[in-house]
Amino acid sequence: MDTKNPTYSEALERYARKIAEASTEDMVLNMGPQHPSTHGVLRLELITDGEIVKEVIPHIGYLHRCFEKHAESLTYQQTIPFTDRMDYLASMNNSHIWSMGVERMLGIAQDIPKRIEYIRVLVSELNRIGSHLIAIGTYGIDIGAFTPFLWCFRDREHIMGMLEWVSGSRMLYNYIWIGGLFYDLPVGFEERCRDFVNYFKPKLAELNQLLTDNQIFISRTANVGILPMDVAINYGCSGPMLRGSGLKWDLRRIDGYSVYPELDFEIPIGKGEMGAVGDCWDRYKVRVDEIEQSLKIVEQCLDRLQKELKRTPDFDPRAKLPRKITPKPQDYYVRGEGAKGELGFYFIADPDGRSEIPFRVKSRGPSFSNLSALPAMAKGVMIADLIAIVGSIDFVLGEVDR
Amino acid sequence: MSLEEIKLLLTDKFGENVVIGEETTGLQPALVIDPDYIADVCLELRNNPKTYFDFLSCLSGVDYGIEAGRFGVVYHLASIPYQTQLTLKISKTNNRDLEELPSFPSISSVYHAADWHEREAYDMLGIFFEGHPDLRRILLPDDWDGFPLRKDYKTAEYYKGIKID
Repeated sequence: MDTKNPTYSEALERYARKIAEASTEDMVLNMGPQHPSTHGVLRLELITDGEIVKEVIPHIGYLHRCFEKHAESLTYQQTIPFTDRMDYLASMNNSHIWSMGVERMLGIAQDIPKRIEYIRVLVSELNRIGSHLIAIGTYGIDIGAFTPFLWCFRDREHIMGMLEWVSGSRMLYNYIWIGGLFYDLPVGFEERCRDFVNYFKPKLAELNQLLTDNQIFISRTANVGILPMDVAINYGCSGPMLRGSGLKWDLRRIDGYSVYPELDFEIPIGKGEMGAVGDCWDRYKVRVDEIEQSLKIVEQCLDRLQKELKRTPDFDPRAKLPRKITPKPQDYYVRGEGAKGELGFYFIADPDGRSEIPFRVKSRGPSFSNLSALPAMAKGVMIADLIAIVGSIDFVLGEVDR
Repeated sequence: MSLEEIKLLLTDKFGENVVIGEETTGLQPALVIDPDYIADVCLELRNNPKTYFDFLSCLSGVDYGIEAGRFGVVYHLASIPYQTQLTLKISKTNNRDLEELPSFPSISSVYHAADWHEREAYDMLGIFFEGHPDLRRILLPDDWDGFPLRKDYKTAEYYKGIKID
C-alpha cells in the first residue's frame, strides 16, 4: 500500500524484517497454499529450527469472494446463495442461521410453522453429519489412514443424494428461505432418510473400530496440540474445538433456537480419555460423538414429521414468505451453531427502513476464529504434528476467507 | 446482569463519561462507550466476577456512510458462565483521508480473538487499531489500494498495470 503515513506500514515492515532475519538464522518453510493437508488454499509460513516449528504465520485470503461487499448490494433473500458458499460443507446450517436472523428482525420468527422448522433442523443436522464425516475422513488421510476417507465419502454420498433430492443441488442448496422453504420434502423422503439412519449406525461403529481405537491413530493424536479451555475461550474458538477442550458450550442448547429445545440430545465434550483434555484426539472424538447425537436428532425429527406434523396436501412452505423484506431500522447480531462452531451474522438494516438491502453485514465464521488459535497451538511442535493439529481444527477456507 | 447494572458498574469504576449513550430501541440493546476507554472497559467486563464477559463473539468495523462521516466498531461480547450477551459500540468522526485513518484502541490484549477481527476491520474499512501487535492486511494482498467496504470505495480499473474487465 503506497501510503505516506509510516504508522500504517510499520507492521508490514516488521513482518518482512522478521522473515528476512529468520531466513539467515533458521529456515522459513512454506506450507501451502497447494498443500493437500491444509484443506484448501491456506498458506502457512513456518519458521523452523530443524524439525521444530518455532512459529507459524498463517496467510489467508486466497478464497476471498467479498461476501460482505456482495451483501451490501443484494437483498436479504438474494444473499442466501452467498451464505451457502461460506461453509460449503454445511450450507444448510448457514442459510438456516441467516434466515433466522432476518426473520427475527422482521418479527415473524414466531409465525414459522412447526413443520418448516422441523424440516430445517432435519436438513441442517444431515448436513452437519456430512461435514463431520469429511472432517473425520480427511483427518484420517492427514495422519496416514486412507481407508476411513473412502468410507466416510461413501456414507456422505448418501446424504448428498438425499439433500440433492430435496433441493435440486448437491452442495450449495439455497433451500432454506426467509420465512419458509424452497419446497416441501419430496414424497418418500422420510422413509429414505430412515433407511439411511439404519444403514449408517452400524457403519459408524465400524468406523470407530477402524480409526477411533486405532493405536497408530492414537499415538499420532493423543497429547498433541493441546488447547487448554481458557486459551480456547480467549481465542474465540467455538464448536467442536471448544467442546474438545472440555467446555459444554453448544448454542443449540444455550440459545435454544428453532425447535432444538424440544429435541433430546447430549453435548459431547473432550474428556482426555487418551491423553490430556483438549488434544487432537479429543477434538476428533467430539465430532464422532456429535454424529451420533445428530443421528438422534434426525430420528426425532422424522418421528415428528411422520406423525403429528405429517404432510398435508394444502401445506405450502412458501405461504409465510414475506412479500417485502424490509426490517425496521436496527442492528442485530444473530448467532447459531454451525457445523464448525458459532456462526454469526451482524446486520445493520437500512437506516430509512425502506430498502430490502442491508446497510452492512458482517459475518463471523467459526473457522476464522478457530484458525486464529493455530499459532498458539503450534508453537514448538514437530512439523509432522503440525499436520495433525491443522487437521484437527477442521476449518473450511470458504468460511475463513468469505 | 441487566444493561442498567452494567452501565452503573462501568460508571462507578471509570467515571460518568465512559458511557456516552444507550441504544435500547432494537432487539439487542447496546452501550455506546467513549472510544478511549474501550480496552479498559473490556478488561473490566472480562475480569469482573459479576459480568465475566470472557468470549468475544464478533467485532465489526462499520462505515456509517458518507453523510454521517463516522466510523465505528461494534463489539459483541458473550459471557460463558452467565450465558448473557452484550453489545458495545464506539465511533468517531473522520474525514476519509487515507493518510489519517480513524483510530481506536486495540482490545487484542484482552481477547486474542480480536487480533484477526481487527486486522480484518483494518483491511476492509481502514480502521486503525492502536497497540495492535501485527496490524497487516489479512484477506487482501499487502499491496492492495484502498479499503473495499468503505462506502466511497471505487472499484479499481487497473491492478498492477493490468486492465480489469
